[in-house]
Amino acid sequence: MDVTFQFDWQAAIDSIPFLLEGIPWTLLISFGGLAIGFVIGIVFGLLRINPVRLLRWPAIAYIEIFRGTPVLVQVLFIFYGLPQILGGPINALTAGIAAIALNAGAYISEIVRGGVQSIEKGQREAGLSLGLSRPQAFRYIIWPQALRRMIPALGNQGIVSIKDTSLFSVIGVGELVRQGQIYIATTFTALEVYFMVAMLYLVITLSLSYALRLLESRGLVGQ
Amino acid sequence: MNDETREAAQETAQQPPIVRLAKVNKHFGNLHVLQDIDLEVVPGEVVVIVGASGSGKSTLIRCVNGLEEFQSGNIEVDGNELLPYGKSGKSLQTIRTEVGMVFQQFNLFPHLSVLDNVTLAPIKVRGWPRDKALQTAHKLLERVGIQDQAAKHPGQLSGGQQQRVALARALAMEPRLMLFDEPTSALDPEMIGEVLDAMRTLANDGMTMMIVTHEMGFAREVADRVIYIHGGQIVEQGPPHEVLDNPQNERTQSFLSRVLKH
Repeated sequence: MDVTFQFDWQAAIDSIPFLLEGIPWTLLISFGGLAIGFVIGIVFGLLRINPVRLLRWPAIAYIEIFRGTPVLVQVLFIFYGLPQILGGPINALTAGIAAIALNAGAYISEIVRGGVQSIEKGQREAGLSLGLSRPQAFRYIIWPQALRRMIPALGNQGIVSIKDTSLFSVIGVGELVRQGQIYIATTFTALEVYFMVAMLYLVITLSLSYALRLLESRGLVGQ
Repeated sequence: MNDETREAAQETAQQPPIVRLAKVNKHFGNLHVLQDIDLEVVPGEVVVIVGASGSGKSTLIRCVNGLEEFQSGNIEVDGNELLPYGKSGKSLQTIRTEVGMVFQQFNLFPHLSVLDNVTLAPIKVRGWPRDKALQTAHKLLERVGIQDQAAKHPGQLSGGQQQRVALARALAMEPRLMLFDEPTSALDPEMIGEVLDAMRTLANDGMTMMIVTHEMGFAREVADRVIYIHGGQIVEQGPPHEVLDNPQNERTQSFLSRVLKH
């Protein structure tokens, strides 16, 4: 067979220590953003189904705006655009976390809404009929069941957001892709390095998938 | 009937009603589901409500604990008042803590064990210490014959067992009135008996009960009064042997001939 390219394993392995320096940034942006996004998602997801229309529409507006615009545009807007309003620079890490939080928050809002609405109305009625207040019925009966149903969708969102952080190489935050680009600039080993970058993303996302599967199977006991 | 129970029965008769519905009207859009319902239930009384599906019988008992709003009239439960359009304020929750309900679909909490299903409300609503709630729960589960399933989750139980857990869960709040919304309609035939048995025991213990059911044999045996509802109105009511065996109203006759045929 005529091999027209050579995959230099040594070059790939050599790049690992440098690439690994990007991992903490990737993880920090991903999980920092997702944690804040989860809080945003709970708040706006519940506002989205609030009986009071005045509370519903800001939630709808937020969700539509941040779900309907690219996360790359969002981070560019935050990093390059917002400083013109604020009058001072925003550091790249903050901009990255904020973009993931706002973007994932919009999607998670819809996940929360779907999860809560999927719980049969008889559950709430049973809770209320026992004398629980509405907040108690939500907290002890509806939310635990909704959360369990939300896990697969939250896992999806987590993986999407982790991969989205690769876009933030454009604002110069030293995450995985950025580290790869810097490395390639001096070694010209694009094939090997991007391959390794891809592998490292897989390690992160597969770990998350596995953790979520564990969580799900443990949570489903007895149901 | 011995003297003691007769005395008790007389006392019961003289007691003020625990449930009083006065001119209750409810609409679902254009549908007039409840029309000028007047109804009183005295403590210890077992009232069975029968009627075709869509007649308003479920809606009627769901109004009693405020799961359904009504548009005019008023409902009083144990001295607490429910007002139209759900504007009942604090009395709504007071009523719900004093009134238990068993649903057609059981509505057990699938994420909680049987024991936690039964102890949740006593702990969170009544503020009982866990020990006391557990003790009561075990006693109630024993009473309905499922003490050995306490650690399981609802999904692991049969329909009949689930409905008995639901009964124990409601009783754990020590209600003064129990509502049953077609408690056996979702059950396989062979499990209906065990649920009716548990309800029969409860009735014999003197619980005030309002029961919507299609089990006419059970109604005949347990009810102090049978109410026939048609088109959102109380058409006929009285002791079971009158309403079920010798109905005066044409509609009641036609309903019963359809129900009792099979």
